Amino acid sequence: MTDRRSPLQRLFELHLPLLLIVLFALGPYVWMMMTSIKSNADIGAWPVRYWPDAFTTEHYHALLERTSFGVNLLNSFVIACGACVLGLSVSLPAAYAFSRYRFRGRRLLMTQFLVINMFPIVLIIIPLFVLMRNIGLLDTFIGIILGHSTFAVPFSIWMLTSYINAIPKDLDEAARIDGATTLEVLRLIILPVVMPGLVTTGIYIFVTSWNEYLFAMMLSGQNVRTVTVALQLFIGEFSVQWGLLTAAGTLIALPVTLLFLLVQKRLVSGLTSGAVKS
Amino acid sequence: MTTASKTAPAPPLVLTPYLFLLPAMLVTLAVVLWPVAETVWMSLHNFILFKPRNVPFIGLGNFWRLLNDEVFWLSLGHSLVWISLVVSLQFALGLVTALLLNQSFWWRSLARSLVIIPWALPSVIIGLTWTWMYDFNVGVINDVFLRFGLIDKPVAWLAQPTSAFLSIVVALIWQGFPFFAVTILAGLQTISAELYEAADIDGATRFQRLRFITLPAIADVIATALLLRTIWVANSLDVILVMTGGGPGYSTYTLPLYAFLKAYSGMEFGYGSALAIMLTLLLLLVVFVYVRRAAKELDQ
Repeated sequence: MTDRRSPLQRLFELHLPLLLIVLFALGPYVWMMMTSIKSNADIGAWPVRYWPDAFTTEHYHALLERTSFGVNLLNSFVIACGACVLGLSVSLPAAYAFSRYRFRGRRLLMTQFLVINMFPIVLIIIPLFVLMRNIGLLDTFIGIILGHSTFAVPFSIWMLTSYINAIPKDLDEAARIDGATTLEVLRLIILPVVMPGLVTTGIYIFVTSWNEYLFAMMLSGQNVRTVTVALQLFIGEFSVQWGLLTAAGTLIALPVTLLFLLVQKRLVSGLTSGAVKS
Repeated sequence: MTTASKTAPAPPLVLTPYLFLLPAMLVTLAVVLWPVAETVWMSLHNFILFKPRNVPFIGLGNFWRLLNDEVFWLSLGHSLVWISLVVSLQFALGLVTALLLNQSFWWRSLARSLVIIPWALPSVIIGLTWTWMYDFNVGVINDVFLRFGLIDKPVAWLAQPTSAFLSIVVALIWQGFPFFAVTILAGLQTISAELYEAADIDGATRFQRLRFITLPAIADVIATALLLRTIWVANSLDVILVMTGGGPGYSTYTLPLYAFLKAYSGMEFGYGSALAIMLTLLLLLVVFVYVRRAAKELDQ
């Protein structure tokens, strides 16, 4: 498409509006990070002091030394990894079955995995709490990982099915003629080719699990508190200590932002066709 | 064991696919299907968490109570306004962003990456940063608005019913517009340049190109994104929970939030379940339309 607009026109019709949108998108994020490295005096200044004379890491020190936030970070990491491993390991064989076999109930089962991803969380979370309490999984890693598998499994199945669909069936058949069993085909042929898709899906699950709040809050107590739950408790506890709160926010947000930027291009194709709760 | 051939319908006794599906089905059964059945059961009982021995069956009593519950109707009304405002504005901003990003200029890939950032953030952080920016005493929004003369004195954004509701809507637009931008952009990039060249030859204006080429070509993508987002926004409650907890008063109650608070703070699991089921039933139509569209891909 040729663009016959003058540079001035392009400035007003393209660069400026987009710059405003980028500022809107980045503003709150940058403001949070800026606040986290300002001294309390600068944070409490009115009118707002946009660029302080000196920056400080005191809030990060306070956060990691005086609160349990370091442990919360570790908890969230373990849970997100667990959700990833559980989600991918049960979904890969399921996706293979959906992609390569035509069997009775296939349509119904696939639709089921799509529909349960649309269920309101409140529909599941109340009885899940009762269930976890009854079997003693409240406030355990397994309990929260299972909670997160409610979205991790359906999402992975749809993503992986579309990735496996993109692999030519000839590859499977060639391997079979050479005498490979179904499991060997899955392990030696499908797995290596689908690896980029597996990584993308895994990162998405990781990010979603790391960010998740409701399940983590309902199903956790003192022992396995995640970063999102801890932050929400801090908001109640240190309500005016914005330096501390934004430092915690920054530590939560930075790793997932980076991971997300890493996979965003490959995610879109899956998102437009599959089912996603983000 | 043999695979099913590509053309013929599968013989009924091929076990392999079912074995492959077994782990996923077991997990789903345990953490989704069984709990949903349990929700239905609880909604028919007067189930209060700290009275586990006294759970009388009350039939549709909870649903009857719901119809006469002012807060339910209030929350439902809020939900409808909330969904239409948030989804339409997210879409509008996302569409504009996508149309801008679909042109060629030197900082395009940078802009594309930066615009996506709000999407990656957890709702707790969205609640936190916006609460901080809306702060009455030292919030940046009051400061900026005062500097530009938009307001005369600081406003307590989250403490008044209407402004609290709209403030959360703005935060949600911020969180959700990147999804539309990226999805619509992906749709735009599938449109062949020849179509535009032909339109140029015919002397089409830029508005005509948008109206007659661009929008029809991405109608499908837009419809899918709108459906998906409607479901998502209708279900989401965590940003509201963090920012206002439903207040002031009931002014930011939505249906999922009400269901959640009934169960979580009120311990009324039976009534909370009935509210959750009501929400699901109301959403079912949207889910049905979406699933029908997505299911077209099943038979490829």
